Order: sequence, then structure tokens, then C-alpha cells
Amino acid sequence: MTINKSIQLNARNITSDEYFYGHKACGGCGESLALRLALKVLGEEAYLSLPAGCMAAVSFIYPNMAFKNNAIITPFASTAAVATGVAAGLKALHKDHLSVAFAGDGGTADIGIQALSGAIDRGEKFIYICTDNEAYMNTGIQKSGLTPFGASTTTTPAGKVIRGNIKPKKNMFEIVAAHGIKYAATASVGYLEDFMNKVQKAKEADGPAYIHVFSPCPTGWGHESDQTIALAKEVVDNGLWYLAEYENGRFRLNKKPDLSNDVRPYLKGQARFRHLKDEDIENIEALRGEKWAQMLAEWQ
Amino acid sequence: MSRNAFLNGDEAVAYGVKRSRPNVVAAYPITPQTITVEKISSFVQNGELDCEYMHVESEHSAMACSIGASSVGARTFTATSSQGLLYMAECLPYASGARLPIVMMNANRALATPWNIYGDQMDVMFLLNSGWVQIFVEDAQEALDMTIQSFKIAEHESVMAPVMINLDGFVLTHTYEKVNIPSQEAVDQFLPTFLGAHHMMNDEMPMSMCISAGNQHNMEFKIKQHRDLLRALEIIETIDSEFESQFGRGYGGALEGYKHEDAEVILVTTGSVTGTARVVVDRLRAEGKRVGLVKLRVVRPFPVEKLMELVKNAKTIGIVDKNISFGYEGTLYTNVNSAFVQSGIKKETYNFIGGIGGRDITKDDIHEMYENLQLASAGEQIDAVTYYNVRCTL
Amino acid sequence: MKNFKRVPVPTLTSLSDYPLGSSCKSFHITDQNSGWRVFMPVIHLDQCVSCYRCYLVCPEGAIHQNEDQKFEIDYDYCKGCGICANECKIKAISMVKEEK
Repeated sequence: MTINKSIQLNARNITSDEYFYGHKACGGCGESLALRLALKVLGEEAYLSLPAGCMAAVSFIYPNMAFKNNAIITPFASTAAVATGVAAGLKALHKDHLSVAFAGDGGTADIGIQALSGAIDRGEKFIYICTDNEAYMNTGIQKSGLTPFGASTTTTPAGKVIRGNIKPKKNMFEIVAAHGIKYAATASVGYLEDFMNKVQKAKEADGPAYIHVFSPCPTGWGHESDQTIALAKEVVDNGLWYLAEYENGRFRLNKKPDLSNDVRPYLKGQARFRHLKDEDIENIEALRGEKWAQMLAEWQ
Repeated sequence: MSRNAFLNGDEAVAYGVKRSRPNVVAAYPITPQTITVEKISSFVQNGELDCEYMHVESEHSAMACSIGASSVGARTFTATSSQGLLYMAECLPYASGARLPIVMMNANRALATPWNIYGDQMDVMFLLNSGWVQIFVEDAQEALDMTIQSFKIAEHESVMAPVMINLDGFVLTHTYEKVNIPSQEAVDQFLPTFLGAHHMMNDEMPMSMCISAGNQHNMEFKIKQHRDLLRALEIIETIDSEFESQFGRGYGGALEGYKHEDAEVILVTTGSVTGTARVVVDRLRAEGKRVGLVKLRVVRPFPVEKLMELVKNAKTIGIVDKNISFGYEGTLYTNVNSAFVQSGIKKETYNFIGGIGGRDITKDDIHEMYENLQLASAGEQIDAVTYYNVRCTL
Repeated sequence: MKNFKRVPVPTLTSLSDYPLGSSCKSFHITDQNSGWRVFMPVIHLDQCVSCYRCYLVCPEGAIHQNEDQKFEIDYDYCKGCGICANECKIKAISMVKEEK
């Protein structure tokens, strides 16, 4: 298996124009990089909807506006609803532009999941990109439905009895795919060409499309700001995250990692995992094994 | 040509919507609003109305989709009621703060708990602070006419605010009346195509909407919105006059007085109970009683000056509230009293609370309200707040 | 490519100076972010092979190819996160403590 065999987009052939600039995201923010590159693929005519979260807070503070595109901040629970409203409005006015939603993990898997489900179900053409940094970062690193097992957050601290978050991540990609969506994919800012090409596929999809992009957060995860890409690559290489697509009703894995890879270097590089004991790490490896057994059995 | 039809209030709104040619309708069903969205759906499915109908999964998304559609300049309608209104409540100040001219019907209905599906006005009172224009209608004809007027009010460049049209659940939404449906040509002439506005997302100058403003700017944004909403009163009056001159039906703008000029006591009402009160006024007038009526049609922006003008000759005022602000009094009573204080005018005012949870406010109730107002006017002591048609001792 | 001009912070002396609604023109950039930096990346052009990696991975979009096809850093907006230096395979970017 290789990553996206038909790679077309890369750093050299994407537009040199920037559509997201001067934002106030923390240095090394994985989410802002995902937005920046997605917009280079989507173009300046895309209409953007973002909930009140990090990306809205860093780019729409009057009078400093960081998006070149038309963009709107949505109520937290309603990113997909506003985005499909934009799509319906544009369609009714005979304007042929893409409507694109960007939301974080909490805005997608928790408070926004109902609106996302409704929007996918309606089948309107729009793109939803979930930038997953595995906790509510804008409010100060609280646990979301996509916080991984073991991670310490401000609402799942590494306590004496309970050491961090005890639930694995919600299977958001599969939940979305279960709607029979036209196109869905997982990605990582550690594999940027793969991500950009998936955005391109989402753009070309004949209906709703969803991309779930793993996006490290130096502030929330407690890693050096220069490690964002490296961690996002390592997490794919050690199998704790996966690159996959759902298209024409079928799942496909884009990359098969070596599951004997030690997860410790990845975990050790982040303050949120530093408290983990050997048994916790073994649990993380067991969860990884279960997930891959399922994917390899069902998605080939 | 206009035509007459036998319609209930919900259907009348649906015809008003059809004639207003919205680009997008996003709605979620809730009793007693359902007939409106069913009727609009049938217009769309039958090819009688060319618009994007969005089958949303909740009221929260109904308003969120409306915000999205309106933010690109699409004429947008939605409808809800009661718990649905409260469920979408979070989105309402997004719409008003972003100055989006969305029009929404709200079928006024009781809130939980104990819950039921019948009419009172508890739901909308929660949202008086939402930045929406709040209109209350008395009958199905007014519901239809105000649907058309509401788009014109909302889209007026000096208003540019969302409008909520309130219809009493069941009493208006489900009862049939003869309603005149104006011709499409006439409505097109009255309500031109909406072309969007510069503060909305557009291709010529991309905009960032629903932005954040810190404490160094936020208050000024809010005061600007507030000032503009206050100024909308004038536009509401003008548009009602324009409507009257074109269609022959006017509603007096923000307030309508009925036999109020020489009245000693006046009852202030909203919505359908006004019709019942008119009958009682006529009866009492036949008996020589100097009673009058003021129908409060627009509660936000609140028409302070016009209200003062209409009640200036009365000695005693009663305010009918189909809501209770728990722990205080009826909400409209508070609002009307504040108008007197603002204007420096002293009048005796009394609050008549009734109709909660769909309880009727009967002609006898209103008769009693007038009698009590006359007693108060003659100097007798009556309670500031009384409850009507209650089935046990209080 | 940096495709905007920084604009001054609007003067707001009366309510009419404020925008209608909660809307503002997009790409209305009034601020710089250079003050965020502790270390600044320096591209050693003699070593750089123009692989585009630094340009691709910059979360700020602050690395551009200039008219001479050389990559340069927009220090007005670089926050000094160090991703470019870390991702440069031939180590042609070094992080230098910034004198302030």
C-alpha cells in the first residue's frame, strides 16, 4: 500500500497565493496549517463557515481579518448547518461556489455532530474538514469526544486514581461514512501532499465530503512548536492514527504502518502523555491492535 | 388578481411566504407551526414556489441554515414554536447581530413544564432581547399581510434586522377565516427582489461575518444595533402605510387603537385576544361605557411614543399578558410601565394575566377586566396583578 | 505569495464609523505578529536547494519564493515556531536567537 497513488498536488504546483495570513494561532499550530493548505486547494472563491473555536478566535478579531475568502463564524453546534445554508443560498442565487466548513474535534464529534449528520443526510454539496487536535483547545484543553485514551487534559487530569482520559477516540470517520457520504477521508498534517489531494477529491465529489485531519497542538499537547509535523507523521507511522478513504461505499486504507513500531517515542514527546505508566502504554498498544485488526479485516 | 380563500393562520402565512418568493426555506416541524411548513413544502414540491427547501434535523439547524443562506443574500424564511424557538435561541442573536433579514413565523405555544401544545406567549417573551423585530398579529389576514410586510421591513437598508411574526397557537394557527390572497404581480411590485447588501458575503468584496470584537469595541457594535432597531419603528409605520395604499389593508403600524380616543379605561392587548376584546368594547360602548382598546402589534422595537399618544386621554390602563415572568409579573406589563416612566406620564396600570397553557380568555373575562379597570378608575383598590379564568382559589 | 497590504487600524470616533452588523472586509490585516518570536529562522540561501518544504509546512504561510526564485521569510508574520528548520532535510535553515 502507498499513499494516494494518484498524487497530483504538491508544494510546487499548488497556488503560491495565500488565503489565510496574519492569524493569531499559536506558533506551530497544526490546525492553522491544515486550513492554509486546504484553502490553497479550494481557492479564494470558496465560502467558509467556522464555529466559534480556535480558528475563529485567531482570525476574526475586529479589525484584524485573516481570511481572504468570504467567511462566517457559526454558533458552535451548527458549523455544518450554516455551511449547508450558505450552499443553499448560493445555489438559489445561481452562484456556483463551494461551501466549506472547518471545525475542530469538539465542534465536530461532540456539539456539532447532529448538525453534521443532518447536513450529510440532506446530500447537499459541501465540504466539511475536521481539524482534530484531540481536545477543546480554545477553552483551555478540556477533553472532547476525540481525546485519545490516556491523554491528560484539564478535565481529565492525570489524577492519583484516574490517570488521564479513560475513553478511546470516537470513530468519527466511520460515523460519517455510515451516512453513505460521497467521499470521506482521514489525513494528517504529517502527510501534507496526501491531505491536499484528499481536499481535491472532496472538491470534486458529487455531494457532501468529509476530511478528518490530525492536527497537533503544541499548546494543548505540550510539545515543542517545531515538532508539529514530525509528531503528525510519527502518529501515522506507528499506527495510532490512520490514513484511509471512504468512496463509492467502500473503505480503503492508504498506508499500512509497521505495528511493531514503539509508540513510546511519540507519547514521550508530549506532556499530555508523560504520566502514563507501562500498563497504560500497553493499553494504548492493545487499542491500536484492535483497531488495526478491524480495519485490516474489513477495509481491504 | 387577488383572490379570496378560506385559510387558517398557518396557511395564511404560507401564502404570504409564497407571494414573497423566498430563495431558501429551512424548517423543522413543531405543533402548531406544522401546517405552515407542510403547505410551503407542497408549494415547492408542486413547482409553485421556486426555492431551496431545507429539511433540517432541528430548530437549531433551521436557524443556522437560515443564517447561512441569508448571509449570502438569499431571502430566507423559517418557522417554529415554543420549545423549538428556545432550542434555536442561541442562534437568534447571531442573526440579528449579523444584521440578517431573516423572517420567521413563531406559533406562540406554552412551554414545558408541565408542557402542552396549546397557545400562550411565554415562548417569545424569552427572546425579546434577541435583537429581532417582534410582531404580533390578530388574525389570519394580518398574518398573511405581515409576512409580506416583514420581508420588506427586514430588508429595508435602515432596518436590516430579522423579523419574528407571532401567531397565537391554535387560536390563530388552526382556525379558518376568509383571507384575501393578493396577486403575485401586486406583491412583486410591493416587495422587489432582494439584492443582498454590502455587509453580507459576496463575490465583489469578500466579507468576514459574525466576527469577534473585544471589550474595546464590543459595546459600540451593540449600541449601533440597538439604535438602528429603535429607528426601525418609523420604517414599520411607513411600510404599513405603503401596504395600505396598495392593498387597502393597513394595521396602524406598531400600534392600533380601537375606540381609544375618548376612552376612560384602555386595555392593551397583543395577538388574537384583541379580536375578542373588540367585541367586548362594542358591547360596553353600547351601554355607554367609555372603554377602549390598544393593540400592541410591535413589541420590539417598543413603540413608546405612539403608545403614549394613543392612551393619553385614558385614566386607567390594563395590560393583558399571556405570559408570566416567574417571580415578577407579566412581561408586557413591565414593558408598558417602563414606557410610562420613560415618558414621565403617570397612569394607573393593572396587569391581567390569562390564557396560560391554552386557557381561553373569554369575552366574560375581558368584560371583567374592563369592569375592574372602571372600579380602579373610580378610586377603588384592586390588585396590580390578577389572574383570569383560574379554576381554584389563589 | 504575500498578496495583501497591511491596513491601518480604523479610526472609530462615531457609531457611523463602525461596520454594519458584525461584518468586516476579509483580508483586512491590521497587525503584525513579529513580536511573538524568540528565535528567528534564517535560510542559508547558499545551501538551499529550493525543495519547497519550508514553504509547504509553514502554518503562517510566511515563507515565499521571491522574484529570483529564492525562498524568503516574511519576518512581519513569522512567529518563530521552528517547523521550517526542523523539516528542512538538508538543514539549510537555522534558528537564531533574536536580539530585541
